Amino acid sequence: MAITAFTGVATSTDASPRRKKSWVALVLLLPGLLYLVLFFIVPLVSLVITSLQVPSPTAFGQYDTAFNWQTYGVVISTYGTQILRSFLYALLATIFALLFSYPLAYFIGVKVRRYPILQGLMLVLVIAPFFISFLLRTLAWKAILSDDGVVVGGLKALSLMGSQDHLTGTPVAVVFGLTYNFIPFMCLPLYTTLERLDVRYLEASNDLYAGTFETFRKVILPLSLPGIVSGTLLTFIPATGDYVNASSEFLGGASSTMVGNVIQSNFLVQLNYPVAAALSIILMAIILVIVSLYVKRSGTDDLV
Amino acid sequence: MKPRFGFGRWLLPFYSLLALVFLLIPIVYTIVFSFNNSLKTNIAWRGFTLDNWLHVCDEPGVCDAFGNSILIGVVATVVATTLGTMIAIALVRYRFRFRAATNLLIFLPLATPEVVLGAGLAAQFLTAGVPKGITTVIIAHIMFCVSFVVVTVKARVSSLDPALEEAGRDLYGSPSQVFLRVTFPLLLPGILAAALLAFSLSFDDFIITYFNSGSIQTFPTYIYTAATRGIPPQANVIASAVFLLAIIIVVSTQVSGELRRKRLARMTVGS
Repeated sequence: MAITAFTGVATSTDASPRRKKSWVALVLLLPGLLYLVLFFIVPLVSLVITSLQVPSPTAFGQYDTAFNWQTYGVVISTYGTQILRSFLYALLATIFALLFSYPLAYFIGVKVRRYPILQGLMLVLVIAPFFISFLLRTLAWKAILSDDGVVVGGLKALSLMGSQDHLTGTPVAVVFGLTYNFIPFMCLPLYTTLERLDVRYLEASNDLYAGTFETFRKVILPLSLPGIVSGTLLTFIPATGDYVNASSEFLGGASSTMVGNVIQSNFLVQLNYPVAAALSIILMAIILVIVSLYVKRSGTDDLV
Repeated sequence: MKPRFGFGRWLLPFYSLLALVFLLIPIVYTIVFSFNNSLKTNIAWRGFTLDNWLHVCDEPGVCDAFGNSILIGVVATVVATTLGTMIAIALVRYRFRFRAATNLLIFLPLATPEVVLGAGLAAQFLTAGVPKGITTVIIAHIMFCVSFVVVTVKARVSSLDPALEEAGRDLYGSPSQVFLRVTFPLLLPGILAAALLAFSLSFDDFIITYFNSGSIQTFPTYIYTAATRGIPPQANVIASAVFLLAIIIVVSTQVSGELRRKRLARMTVGS
């Protein structure tokens, strides 16, 4: 199933590939790796080059090659808030998605294990959001959360919201949208590890007089750690760079702009390529640091 | 004996049911509003109609954008699946130097936010003076699909019993015969799953596409630009149709897999 792509479960059979003609391996590897070098590595390099450029004195939207490191300083002082906000929103969305998904993944992976058809059906429902346009899904939430929608009406009737308050255009809506959109990415890796959980460990824990909570903390949680790690990464990384949820046509507003929105508008609207490039490099660098620290700490190195 | 492990006996099933319903809310909303007898914008419910489904292409732009998305998706899927499958086979079956570097090169695109991938490619095309269009979108989609294909197919190659290929060689099969008659058929389900994943990633991609599409529209970029003036219900029709088709494909693969497993189990018991 397509699901395997979302799992971080280590494939252990890597250990003993037999020695064979290495030119065959080269032929197999070369086209794909060359492609990735050409269209992944080289673009990163051209981002670095672009970030160092200076505006051309003659034409708008034209830049000359230079070594203008100052752009990085300018970008950090101008858009520091948006960068921090992106990581904060992504972190919140990741936590909420984890809290939402874990019980669901546990139920599907462990409790309905004896009913394969039901299990399969529930899994299809979890990945169902993948099959409908991401933008339309978000716009549907915008309509549901809009001022004359059911949710706002209900909250106002219960006096949980003031009559002048909105949901759309607020940080709450953006974090909500990010959480919703990445739940399947969180749920699938969790499911894959929990599905392999040996129930006998739980019985053993029970026999040793461990309570429900203790069993969860000392047995289930450690055993599902690989799923938690890949699920949180698959949520956190795309969420930091997302600019659809935070865009003002979708769930965001002026007070919830994320770094993705800034990169997008600088690159595509204002044609300020060096600023967009510098922001992209900063974003990428921070994420790489976070990811490598996180992966090292959680002890699951083999993610691919 | 059925041991009880906390979480409450009914709490967990009830929560799971609610969670699934919650996940489906925007999907149901999108499908319902594909039947809306809307005027200019498709926000308020104005009554049921089948017109949107019967006249999908009346709204200019929707069908063109959809066609572009299909074309891009098919080309990107074929190329990315081929490249990714070759890498996956090499990674599992051969020992070579730079294995760690190869793994890193596969992993990095997955760890890079889409906005960086999109801006990077756009910067590269800008520097190289390549005009944006359908080709640049296809190039971008192949790039981000390859890693997903490698991961998916790799799982399948790893679970393959090397003894089957050895048996093929023992029976005097040439390397190409062994590959075509033994390895490839066994890998096919994994390759198809990877292709399906690649296609759905490509079809729904917005962020990277928007940076590299220039003036051409794909289905997602069409929706993004239409969002300011209001989404026509025809867009909901296309999204709903794609959704239903995808669900049918996934469910039927699952059911047929389950039936095959049962038949296999019966045969093993019977012999």
